Amino acid sequence: MSRTHRTARRTAGVVSAAVLALVLAGCTPGSGAAPQASLDPNRTIETDVAAMGELTLTVWDQEVRGGQDEQMTRLNAAFEAAYPNITIDRVSQSFDDLGTTLRLALSGDDAPDVVQANNARNSMGAFVEAGQLLPLDAWADEYGWTDRFPESILGYSSYSQDGATFGSGSLYGLPQVGEIVGVYYSKQKLADLGIAVPADWAGFEAALATASSAGTTPLLLGNIEKWPAGHVFGPVQGALVPSDEIAELGFGNAGATWNTPANLAAATTLQGWQQDGYFNEGVNGTDYDAAWQSLTTGDGAFLMAGSWLAPDLQDAMGDDVGFFVPPAVAGEGAQTTGGTGLPFTVTASTPNMDLAAAYIDFITNDDAMAILAETGNLPVVNTQDYAPASGVLRDIYSAFGAVTQDGVLLPYLDYATPTMGDTLGEGLQGLLAAQSTPQEFLDAMEADYAAFTTAG
Amino acid sequence: MAGAVRRTSTAGNRWTPYLFILPAFLVYGAVVLYPLARSVHLSLFDWDGLTLATFVGADNYVAILGDDRLIAAFGHAFVFIFFYAVLPVSIGLVMATLLTRSRVRGLSVFRTIIFLPQVIAMVVVAVAWRQVYAPDGVLNTALRTVGLDSLTRAWLGDYAFSLPAVGIIGTWVSTGLVTVLLMAGMARIPVEQFESARLDGAGPIREFFSIIVPAVRAETTVALTLTVVASLKTFDLIYVTTGGGPGSSTTVPSYEVYRRAFELGQVGSAAAVGVTLTVIIFLISLVINRASDRATS
Repeated sequence: MSRTHRTARRTAGVVSAAVLALVLAGCTPGSGAAPQASLDPNRTIETDVAAMGELTLTVWDQEVRGGQDEQMTRLNAAFEAAYPNITIDRVSQSFDDLGTTLRLALSGDDAPDVVQANNARNSMGAFVEAGQLLPLDAWADEYGWTDRFPESILGYSSYSQDGATFGSGSLYGLPQVGEIVGVYYSKQKLADLGIAVPADWAGFEAALATASSAGTTPLLLGNIEKWPAGHVFGPVQGALVPSDEIAELGFGNAGATWNTPANLAAATTLQGWQQDGYFNEGVNGTDYDAAWQSLTTGDGAFLMAGSWLAPDLQDAMGDDVGFFVPPAVAGEGAQTTGGTGLPFTVTASTPNMDLAAAYIDFITNDDAMAILAETGNLPVVNTQDYAPASGVLRDIYSAFGAVTQDGVLLPYLDYATPTMGDTLGEGLQGLLAAQSTPQEFLDAMEADYAAFTTAG
Repeated sequence: MAGAVRRTSTAGNRWTPYLFILPAFLVYGAVVLYPLARSVHLSLFDWDGLTLATFVGADNYVAILGDDRLIAAFGHAFVFIFFYAVLPVSIGLVMATLLTRSRVRGLSVFRTIIFLPQVIAMVVVAVAWRQVYAPDGVLNTALRTVGLDSLTRAWLGDYAFSLPAVGIIGTWVSTGLVTVLLMAGMARIPVEQFESARLDGAGPIREFFSIIVPAVRAETTVALTLTVVASLKTFDLIYVTTGGGPGSSTTVPSYEVYRRAFELGQVGSAAAVGVTLTVIIFLISLVINRASDRATS
């Protein structure tokens, strides 16, 4: 018998003994989780923070980038200055890190009081289902949050209490900022091509054709990361498919289907753009960052992407960069993909729920919105009021305001099911590489959506 | 009397050797054995990482067999064995022979250059190669310069070429380690063997196959074991270069473990994939070592 063989047998012995011990100890994973939150309906809500005594509030956020970190620091300092009896213990980490650690943190004994949780079903939805977040409806009434925020925005952080329905039900958190997906362009480039800023969807498609025949790459896309194409497909779908259908599909609620002629038309349009050579070469092998940087160097006419790129594009292009969202019919409100920043939520195990709610109220009130605008963020409430005098941020503020008031903000399609991010990303890569037909793309989307909505 | 003292001391402390390995064993147990056992335990449950888990027995393992995406992921890992292990060992044997047999000046410089990819963090390697493979990256530019425009493509975004493209990165990384290992082995071959081979009329190629390759069998086994294990558990390279794409054409088992545990919240299933991968790696290493044992004896 060789040494490796003997070691193998011994290791196997040790491992199986350890497994047996764990099984016998009966420690089923998840059995240490916090009990379901039950709120006394008759408890009175305390809104006077000064009267709460000496307390420490632990907040986990992901506001790590320049302007994000600045607004959070300023708001926290303002809160502590207004209420000297409160100490804020801020734990800040990147979006990805927060996403992976939150799951463990919430099921532990020492959970934070306020956390920023991603709206999607596999994070916020899962936490709601596990009873780890507090429904905030009582505080929403007390503080008048339903008047402060548009209904479509509150939908992004609302779930039924069993986590089954997304987009309505109880309110679980409030966002500070908005996000909107639209079209960036270079003013100089459009002038050279003799194209006016398109006023509607047909105008936009015509502009793409004009740019293409002039030998300019009409649309820039870097899709190696899989998700960026979703921000191209979203507005296309928004222009061609009724918004209530997209909302059901996007929130992953039962009652809609991907297999409609309108969705087929959207998928066919996207693949058609690729086949007509509207995109840069090799979209599936191009970096997201490389693609938007190509706009700054004049290598393309348009870039369909989210509002989060505005500060970087403005730094590189100055006043040359513009942003618009083409509505289906000129003059009407546009329908496009967008959403909110990560909502601030209250954990079910917090001993200081009134303080946590007061904090969330404080960082989303009018004064907070003004600070958010000053630090270059896109305030989610009354956005147009804070629009700067010029620059691409002005375009974005007015587009977001117009879409939330006159148009429809459509949910990110990957919110729908825990697996939809992959299904959508891989489906769109296949569509753009002509690996699959539009119908095959819809079939894959429908399979994911139907499996989730019928199982729930 | 000295003998008596020695006898009592050995007899009285039969457990002393174990006491010495205890600290190391505790660490090993805490960071290797316990997590391994816990993974096996978790793999028997349907668990989202948050709520109470349900015991499902071997269901997670049965599901692996029926999951096309996972089967494909294991298939990709086996393709990587060629690029991470077979190709580097073949190249490494030739390169090490050239470096040891031809008395090149500045040998240590060459050795350093060849070994360099092994020293660089995999994430850095991956980012650098992403630039190389980009649509307007070094590779395509080079192809255009020599007039091979028809061959240019977005290498990492191509359904047919992304897997070999990522594999080549693995070859680039592994070759250095393999070459340096083999060079160490070749340095031990007595010069007399080559001299007598020359007297018998053997050329360099005969020398290579009759003397060098058999002489470094032990080093080849070590190199194969290390690189095969590396190819099967590769994660960072995929995570940074393609994220398993385009579509799912370059996904590998360890990437699926990450995806299931952290993105999809299927902790039990992720653990089952991880355990399966561990067993496969273990078995393959065993086969390589047994084959080598048999060949030497």
